[in-house]
Amino acid sequence: MSIEGLLGKKLGTAQVFDESGRLRGVTALAVGPCYVTQLRTPERDGYSAVQLGFGEKKRINKPEAGHLKAAGGKNLRHLAEFRTSNVADHSLGEQLGADLFELGERVDVSARSKGRGFQGGVKRHGFRGGPKTHGQSDRHRAPGAIGGGTDPGRVFPGTRMAGHMGDRNVTVRNLEVVARNDEANVIFVAGSVPGPKGGLVRVRVTKKVMQ
Amino acid sequence: MSHNLDTLIPNEAKPDLPDFGTGDTVRVHTKVVEGNRERIQVFEGVVIRRRAKGLVSNFTVRKMASGVGVERTFPINSPRIDRVEVMRRGKVRRKNLYYLRGRTGKAARIKEKRF
Repeated sequence: MSIEGLLGKKLGTAQVFDESGRLRGVTALAVGPCYVTQLRTPERDGYSAVQLGFGEKKRINKPEAGHLKAAGGKNLRHLAEFRTSNVADHSLGEQLGADLFELGERVDVSARSKGRGFQGGVKRHGFRGGPKTHGQSDRHRAPGAIGGGTDPGRVFPGTRMAGHMGDRNVTVRNLEVVARNDEANVIFVAGSVPGPKGGLVRVRVTKKVMQ
Repeated sequence: MSHNLDTLIPNEAKPDLPDFGTGDTVRVHTKVVEGNRERIQVFEGVVIRRRAKGLVSNFTVRKMASGVGVERTFPINSPRIDRVEVMRRGKVRRKNLYYLRGRTGKAARIKEKRF
């Protein structure tokens, strides 16, 4: 494993049979083709990484085109850096795909979650809301108390309240790679992945092994 | 997003099942793993539901076991299904035979299909 991960696109959810014949709920991710567009070397940049490009764009502007020229001149939509143990293993324009991930391997998937707009405490933080009966009025989905009285005389920062929900970067860790289709550059990971279908995802091999 | 995900899923060995539908009485032979031994278990009953959902299509078989109704749902493409035998073709007028759940004995009979 020389490179930590790839960019990809969420395709949707499906079900796949595993070796023992059980159905597993999976999310299909198109992880490639990714192209190496820039190399980060310890000598010049102080660390080792590669910049990967993924997805096509119809038109790109001249500065973008100039940047991508050395990597084959493709009109790539997304660029992102991934750490690698050895930059010398990679060359500009190199194509990477699903075969980076082994079956059974664990991956972390990061993506922008779906925006939910301004939401109350019940939906946003799982508050219970108030009683539905016993003379309650206008208290059904209220947040309840948010702090003390005269002392401390303020609401503590970080107190959970209503507000904007979703549309933030979310990482789901430790998803198992259940199946792989090298031809289509698609991997199937067990479980759900943030973001809409067609959304950009960042897939990395899990470093921290959780029990 | 016109991807049909079913076409991307790596091909698994799909059991070759005969043509059967709701109302038919079938015998489903399933592979059961016990410790490190594998054996075949048979589940016989009436198909009360068949759902077409691409690769994850399934069907539900209902039988009476010591006076208690038992239903089991099998994914059609499950590698655990060894084979399916059709014992009897039933003549029914709906897709899902949920009405059988409330009936036992004579009331739960299904007419045989005549060709």
